[in-house]
Amino acid sequence: MRCNRRALLYAGFFYAPLASADWQLNLIEGATEISRSVYSLHMVIFYICVAIAVVVFGVMFWSIFWHRKSRGAKAAHFHESTWIEILWTIIPVAILVSMAVPASTTLIQMYDKNNAELDIQITGYQWKWRYQYLDQDIDFFSNLTTPADQISNEAIKGDNYLLEVDRPMVIPAGKKVRFLITSNDVIHSWWVPALAVKKDAVPGFINEAWTLVDQPGIYRGQCAELCGKDHGFMPIVVEVKSAEDYQLWLQQQGALKLAQQQSAERDWSVEELMSRGEEVYKQSCLACHQAEGQGIPNVFPALAGSPLMNETVDEHIDVVLNGRSGTAMQAFAEQLSASDLAAVITYERGAWGNQGGAVSVQQIKEMLKE
Amino acid sequence: MGSVEHAVSETEQHGPAKGITRWLYTTNHKDIGTLYLLFSLLMFFVGGCMALTIRAELFQPGLQLIVPEFFNQMTTMHGLIMVFGAVMPAFVGLANWMIPMMVGAPDMALPRMNNWSFWILPFAFSMMLSTLFMAGGGPNFGWTFYAPLSTTYAPPSVTFFIFAVHMMGISSIMGAINVIATILNMRAPGMKLMDMPLFVWTWLITAFLLIAVMPVLAGVVTMMLMDIHFDTSFFNAAGGGDPVLFQHVFWFFGHPEVYIMILPAFGVVSEIIPTFARKRLFGYVSMVYATSSIAILSFIVWAHHMFTVGMPLAGELFFMFTTMLIAVPTGVKVFNWIATMFRGSMTFETPMLFALAFVVLFTIGGFSGLMLAIAPADFQYHDTYFVVAHFHYVLVPGSIFSIMAAAYYWLPKWTGHMYNETMGKLHFWLSFIGVNVTFFPMHFLGLAGMPRRIPDYALQFSDFNMVATFGAFLFGFSQLIFVYNLVCCIRSGEKATARVWEGSHGLEWTLPSPPPYHSFTEPPELDKNNTGQS
Repeated sequence: MRCNRRALLYAGFFYAPLASADWQLNLIEGATEISRSVYSLHMVIFYICVAIAVVVFGVMFWSIFWHRKSRGAKAAHFHESTWIEILWTIIPVAILVSMAVPASTTLIQMYDKNNAELDIQITGYQWKWRYQYLDQDIDFFSNLTTPADQISNEAIKGDNYLLEVDRPMVIPAGKKVRFLITSNDVIHSWWVPALAVKKDAVPGFINEAWTLVDQPGIYRGQCAELCGKDHGFMPIVVEVKSAEDYQLWLQQQGALKLAQQQSAERDWSVEELMSRGEEVYKQSCLACHQAEGQGIPNVFPALAGSPLMNETVDEHIDVVLNGRSGTAMQAFAEQLSASDLAAVITYERGAWGNQGGAVSVQQIKEMLKE
Repeated sequence: MGSVEHAVSETEQHGPAKGITRWLYTTNHKDIGTLYLLFSLLMFFVGGCMALTIRAELFQPGLQLIVPEFFNQMTTMHGLIMVFGAVMPAFVGLANWMIPMMVGAPDMALPRMNNWSFWILPFAFSMMLSTLFMAGGGPNFGWTFYAPLSTTYAPPSVTFFIFAVHMMGISSIMGAINVIATILNMRAPGMKLMDMPLFVWTWLITAFLLIAVMPVLAGVVTMMLMDIHFDTSFFNAAGGGDPVLFQHVFWFFGHPEVYIMILPAFGVVSEIIPTFARKRLFGYVSMVYATSSIAILSFIVWAHHMFTVGMPLAGELFFMFTTMLIAVPTGVKVFNWIATMFRGSMTFETPMLFALAFVVLFTIGGFSGLMLAIAPADFQYHDTYFVVAHFHYVLVPGSIFSIMAAAYYWLPKWTGHMYNETMGKLHFWLSFIGVNVTFFPMHFLGLAGMPRRIPDYALQFSDFNMVATFGAFLFGFSQLIFVYNLVCCIRSGEKATARVWEGSHGLEWTLPSPPPYHSFTEPPELDKNNTGQS
């Protein structure tokens, strides 16, 4: 069965992309006033370039056709002219000035970050985004959900291949939203083409950007700055909701948070921890430490057989909670709930032949208090 | 011609040494020029294989051939090798061969340093390529190596990368000093600066750019080294450092660097077009001023590579305006070339074909550059395939085509044999088609929203990626025709005359083909036919 499916995939090797043919040639107009003025700037400068090209290449091809030796052309002797040099310096300057004016206007508009109704802090992590709604006590991570077998060509790719996440950023339509963009590790860049927002997430800096989307909809983007091996696998999804739907979503977030707290309160069996732990591991750890905990030599340490996973439990928890400074190891205390932390640490201590023994949710909660 | 015959007899007395020592110990500008050119050709193929690896992986969505870690190493090494190993040494090779012959000198001013500046390169690049086999892999942070990805988060091999960059920098600086010393001190008596061929002029300006910015590159990699090994925090925000500082310093080097790779190309094209249009270069003086203006402007535009980094509004506006300004002198150059062709008497041998393609395709790269200069629009283009298309248009059909044009133009002079014209034309047309099929669709990919440096992509980008991969393989394999033609031309071929081309002008064509081992042992007589203004 599996073999057949593979054969089918390979048969469709050449046709699959053509079937979903897009052949998109141009920038999209986008969903905001800003993105539309960017689009019109793009079109204006493009048409200016085309016009110049027609004139310049026109003269060139005219010469190539008419002034060729095989047509008996004799070379003229002129070789300088001050007035023509001045002319073809001044005309381009005039064109550029006429272009600089609308460009500056749009840029000034983009830099007007006043009167935002909602502030969201966006933090880039290797290889996911974190969205914190500053006035709402909402804080979550947004991870890629495209399954690994689609990436390795063992399953048919979905429509939003590589552009789908578990929890999109949700914003209300018709309200000015300000983004405060920073990074936890390397430089990332938060880019949604339909909003014409692209801003680098730089560790130690907070950059500002804003958007105001008129219509509800789903807009997709990607990290635009090389940020390590999974740079191509940290998409951005922004869901714009109507005012009522947005309120509803806010309430859901409150309920979700409550459920998380409750799950940390109840007792977890080791089996439960192991199976939940495997899911969390795949989501948060696998990219670096690999499926079998083998790591990547000299880059990401192996977990299988590591003394940290087999002996020193406190140190293990400490590394997962607080990260290792000066390395790619992140602090997960803020990223995962207490029960998920207990689950993933238990999983790491029990998988791939490790014999470290389980940890309890209670242990984690105590460590978190310190 | 008296001096020429004298030079030939000199050659017989002390010609090149025999065997490998000829190349190891050589202080001869032609031998060193040949070494540079062959080294650059080798690196062109090494970097090209990496490019084809990248394109093969991007042929289809999904991960097929290589893992993302290795993909990042390929994009990084491809960039570094093409910039520092292929394009720059090729132009230094051309400078070595041509500048003494164009200014009427016997050799370069500093021949022993010339030997050293070449022989550093094989060691630098062996070291850089060896990182691919080290544990943890080679540099994987892009040729722009932004901190902290290249410091805190880099593989251990980054130290070797830094050392290799230092060595390349030393080599470039020595090469540049040599070019300046030769041009300023060894011109034939009576040759004023404003008599020099434009290739010499553009190289003089390029050499000053090199001396100005290579130390900046050395500084920035040294700061990285300190951050990695000595716990400084130049670029580490956690220690009070500033990752954006890295980008400012890097691009202060990086932007003049891109003109280092294009100004000598302007020089080459300004030699070739008048030859095959059989008409003097239009606006020689304005060409010199335009080149100088571009060089000066290149120091005040660097942050246009950083429009999305979060600069204040005033900074964005300043760098947008200065960048747009560059279009003016660049436009003057293009207009001058076309005015040279206008009412000329043109023929279309291979060097001319490459030069004409240069004018058209470099200008297209210039247009996309102008679009990128518009800061608000750049927010949409930045770090997408639109940028990849832009800089490949100025570097491949720009710099590389000009190097190809120069090779075909001067090969008969260098070897004493004509190359095979039919094969040359075939090479040109396949390269021309290949380049456009590869890079033109990348404009569309970028506008549709495909970020650069990703090993896998969303499905809407599939079609044009497939087209680009076809083009890349066509372009890559077409270059083998050049190698075959080159080998044939060196070994045999129709004897070339001293002037080679009907419309050729300048001192190098007064020497026989091939020229004597020591170019001009006695200063040549200048007449109006022998200088750049001719």
